[in-house]
Amino acid sequence: MSSHGIKDRVAIIGMGCTRFGEHWEMGFDDLLVAAANETFRSAGVTKQDVDAYWLGTAQSGMSGIALARPLGLEGKPVTRVENYCATGSEALRQAAYAVASGAYDIALAIGAEKVKDGGYQGLNAFPVPADGTARSVTAAAMFSMVAPAYAGKYGVPPGDMKTALARVAAKNHYNGARNPRAQFRQEYSVEQLCRMPAVAGGLSVFDCAGVADGAAAAIVVRAEDAHRYTDKPLLVKALSLVAGNGSGLGDPAYDYTTFPEVAASAADAYAQAGITSPRDELAMAEVHDCFTPTEIVLMEDLGLAERGTAWKEVLAGTFDLDGEVPVNPDGGLKAFGHPVGASGLRMMFEAWLQLRGEAPPERRISTYGKRSLALTHTLGGYPGEMVSFISILGAA
Amino acid sequence: MRGVTGWGVHLPYRRLDRAAIRAVAGAGGGSGTRTVASYDEDTTTMGAEAGRAALRGRELRPQSLWFATTEPAYADRTNATVVHAVLRLDRAVAAYDVVGSVRSAMAALRAGWQGSGSALVIAADARTGLPGGPDEAAGGDAAAALLIGDGGPGAGGPVLAEIVAWESVTDEFVDRWRTPGAAASRLWEERFGQARYTELGTEALKLALAAAGIAADAVDHLVVAGLHDRAAGAVQRGSGVPAGAITDRLAATVGNPGAAQPALLLAAALESAAPGQHVVLLALADGADAVVLRTTDALARYRPDRPVADQVAAGGPIDYGRYLHWRGMLAVEPPRRPEPARVSSPAAHRNVGWKYGFTAGRDVPGGVVHLPPAPGDDARLPVADALGTIVTFTVDRLSYSLSPPVVFAVVDFDGGGRLPVELTDVDAGEVAIGGRVEMTFRRLGTSDGIHNYFWKARPVRAVPPSGEKRGSMKRAGDTA
Repeated sequence: MSSHGIKDRVAIIGMGCTRFGEHWEMGFDDLLVAAANETFRSAGVTKQDVDAYWLGTAQSGMSGIALARPLGLEGKPVTRVENYCATGSEALRQAAYAVASGAYDIALAIGAEKVKDGGYQGLNAFPVPADGTARSVTAAAMFSMVAPAYAGKYGVPPGDMKTALARVAAKNHYNGARNPRAQFRQEYSVEQLCRMPAVAGGLSVFDCAGVADGAAAAIVVRAEDAHRYTDKPLLVKALSLVAGNGSGLGDPAYDYTTFPEVAASAADAYAQAGITSPRDELAMAEVHDCFTPTEIVLMEDLGLAERGTAWKEVLAGTFDLDGEVPVNPDGGLKAFGHPVGASGLRMMFEAWLQLRGEAPPERRISTYGKRSLALTHTLGGYPGEMVSFISILGAA
Repeated sequence: MRGVTGWGVHLPYRRLDRAAIRAVAGAGGGSGTRTVASYDEDTTTMGAEAGRAALRGRELRPQSLWFATTEPAYADRTNATVVHAVLRLDRAVAAYDVVGSVRSAMAALRAGWQGSGSALVIAADARTGLPGGPDEAAGGDAAAALLIGDGGPGAGGPVLAEIVAWESVTDEFVDRWRTPGAAASRLWEERFGQARYTELGTEALKLALAAAGIAADAVDHLVVAGLHDRAAGAVQRGSGVPAGAITDRLAATVGNPGAAQPALLLAAALESAAPGQHVVLLALADGADAVVLRTTDALARYRPDRPVADQVAAGGPIDYGRYLHWRGMLAVEPPRRPEPARVSSPAAHRNVGWKYGFTAGRDVPGGVVHLPPAPGDDARLPVADALGTIVTFTVDRLSYSLSPPVVFAVVDFDGGGRLPVELTDVDAGEVAIGGRVEMTFRRLGTSDGIHNYFWKARPVRAVPPSGEKRGSMKRAGDTA
C-alpha cells in the first residue's frame, strides 16, 4: 500500500465553529449558515470565491443541495459526504485532496448535525432496510465492554479503573468549562463522577459524549497561496483514514482493549507527517472521546502511552491542559458536545486556535510556543468495527 | 404400525407464583406456579424450541411438519414455515398450520398419524386470562413436539409407542369462547361444561379401549388433557383406571398450556413409562379424542433431550407486574429511543439460513467460522446447537427493549465463531465472564406488524442427560 500523503501542500486559511449545544431556535440551515459565514470572514473570502464545497453530515441532510440551498450557492460543485462520526473529518479530507490535485484553488469543508430535533435520547442511526439480525444495543453499551476488558488484561484494580475513567471526564469537563463554545461548561470532581449511576455496563451518562447540535467549517488552499489570506495558516501534514472490515466483531482473538483501525491510521498519519515519537512531538491532540474508556485506549493506539499504562498516565495528569501532552483541550466530545458531522472539524478548530495562539489564556495548552503539531482523531462505529480518521496539522 | 418415534418439550424459563396475583388483582391466584413465556417468546418460537429438542442429536429429518396453536403469531400466512426454517428442513418438507382451537392440536397429531413417512407434530400455546381470573392462574405456556412415523428404514429410529387405537367424538356446545383478537376467553357457568365433557370423555375412552381390546384397569398411564380441569378430574375418577396410573397434569408447576397440553403430558407419561405398557391420551375439547398407545422395547433405550421433569424443576421467578407487562396487560413507559424499523422481507429471505437456521459461514470447509456468513464463504456450519462462552458482557439500560435492561454479551462458540449477541432468560446480576450459554430462537420485536425473529443466547442451566454431551458441536450437519 502506498499512502503518500500531501504533507505541506495544503493549508487551512480560515475556520469557524458554532457553539455546540441544544440549539432549539436554530435549524440545520441556520447552523450551516452560521459556521460558513464565520469561516468566510476568518479567511477573508466570499462564498463566490470558494470553488468547491464538501458538506459532512451523518443524517441531517442529503446531497450537496443541503448546503447549496441555505448558502444560496450558484453553479458550485457541492458534495455531501458521510463516514459515521468521521464525517466532518472526511469533508476536510476531500476538500484538501481536491485542492492538492489542482482541480480547485479554494475549497470549503463544513460539517454539521442537527441532532436535537429527533426527539430521542442519544444518537440514533438511520435504519437501512435489513434482515433484522444486526445487534441493537447502544454505542455506550458496546464501548462499555472496553473498560472491564482493559482492566482485566492489565490488572487494573476496579477502583482505579473507575477513577481513571472519571479522571478523563473530569479533565474534559475542566477544559470545557473554559470554552465558551462548549455544550457543558461545568466542572465535576472525580468523586462526583464516580457516584453517577450506571446506564450501560459500568458507564454513567457522564462517561458519554454530549449530544449536541452544531457546525464547524474550514477553508483550504494550496500551501503556496496561503499567505495571500493569512499570516498564520495551518498546514496539513497528514490525513489518514482506515475503514475497518468489521472482522473484530467476529474474531475470537479480538479482546476489546485496542482499536486496530486507530493504530493503523495512526501509523499511516505519523509516516505521512514524518513523526517518529508522537508523545515528544505533538503539542496537543483532539481525540474521539465518545466514552471515557475510549479515550484511555486511544492514548495507547495513538502512541501517546505505552500499552497498559494509559490509565496511569491519565491519573498522573499527563494529558491535562498543563500536562505533557494536552488532550482535548477544548473539552472533547464529552464537554464540547458531539454533533456527528461537525465534530471532526470542531477538533481542527481547536488546533486552529491553540497552534495560532488564539486560545484564551485559561485554556492555553502547556506546549504552546514549544511545539507546533496537533493531532485530531475521529472514529465512527464500535470496537471491532469502526472507521478511524487522523489528521496532523502544523503551524510551521 | 405407526406411532411415536420421539418427542421434545419446551417450557419457558419464567414461573409466576400464583400467590402474587391476589395482592394486585384483588382476586384469583392460588398456590403453585405457572410457566410464563418470555416477552421475546411466542407460540412460534416455543414450537421451534420444542421441535429442536425433538430432533436434537438425531439424523431423522421429518417429511412433514404440523404446527398447532390457539395463539398464532400471524393469521393468513403460515407460522409453521418459521419453524421449518429454524429446523433447517428441506424445501420438499411440507409445513402446515392447524390453528384456532385447542382441539387443533389433536387434529395435527391425527394428520401426522394418518399420513405416511415421518411427521413432526408441534403444539404450542400461550394462555392468558384477565387479571384475577381463573384462566390466568390455571393457564401455562409451553410447546411440545411429537415425532410420528412407522420406524421403517430411514425413519431415523424405531417406534417407541405404537398408536393402536384412536376414537373421536364431536359435540357442538359453548363452554368457553373467544372472538379472534380478544385478550382472554370467556367461560360459561362451570357445571354445564363439566357435564358435557365428563360424558364425552367417558364415551371416547370406552370406545378407544374397546377398539384396542384392553380393559380400563389394564391402562398403565392415563393422560387426560383439556381446559376444563374439573371435567378432566371427573373423567379420571370415573374411568376405572387405577389411581396410581393417572398422569399428573402438572397444574402445580406448569399450569394448563391449552393446545400444548396433550403432547406435553403424553411426553411426560412416556418418560415414566416402561416397555410393553399401555398409555392412553384423552383430550377433552369440543368433544373428545382418545388415543391408545402401546410402548415398545425401544422405549427403554430412548433418551429424550431435556426431559419434562428436568424442565419442570428448572425455572426462575417473574414478578406479577412484569408478567402483566409482558402480556400487554400493563403499559409501561417505553425507552426514549426509536422503535426498530421493520424487517425487510427480501433481506430476511436471502439470509434465511442465518436468520432462522443460525447457520454460520466458513471461508473453506473446516476454515474460519463467520457469524453471520461472510461474502465469499464457500461452506456452511450449523451453530444453533453449539454451546458458547461469555467473553465479555454489558448491561444496556439505554437501548430500546420490550423488557429493559438489555443484557448483551460477546460469545465465543465451541468449534469456532464469535457473535456479540443479546442474552435472554437471564437476570442482569447472574451474568459472568466465562459463563456458558446456549442459543434459543426468539422474537426480537414486532414493527409494522412484522415479527422479527432471530436468536439470543441464554445461560446453560438444565442438567445434561447422563453420558450425553448435550449441545456439543454436531459435526454431522457440517455441510461442507
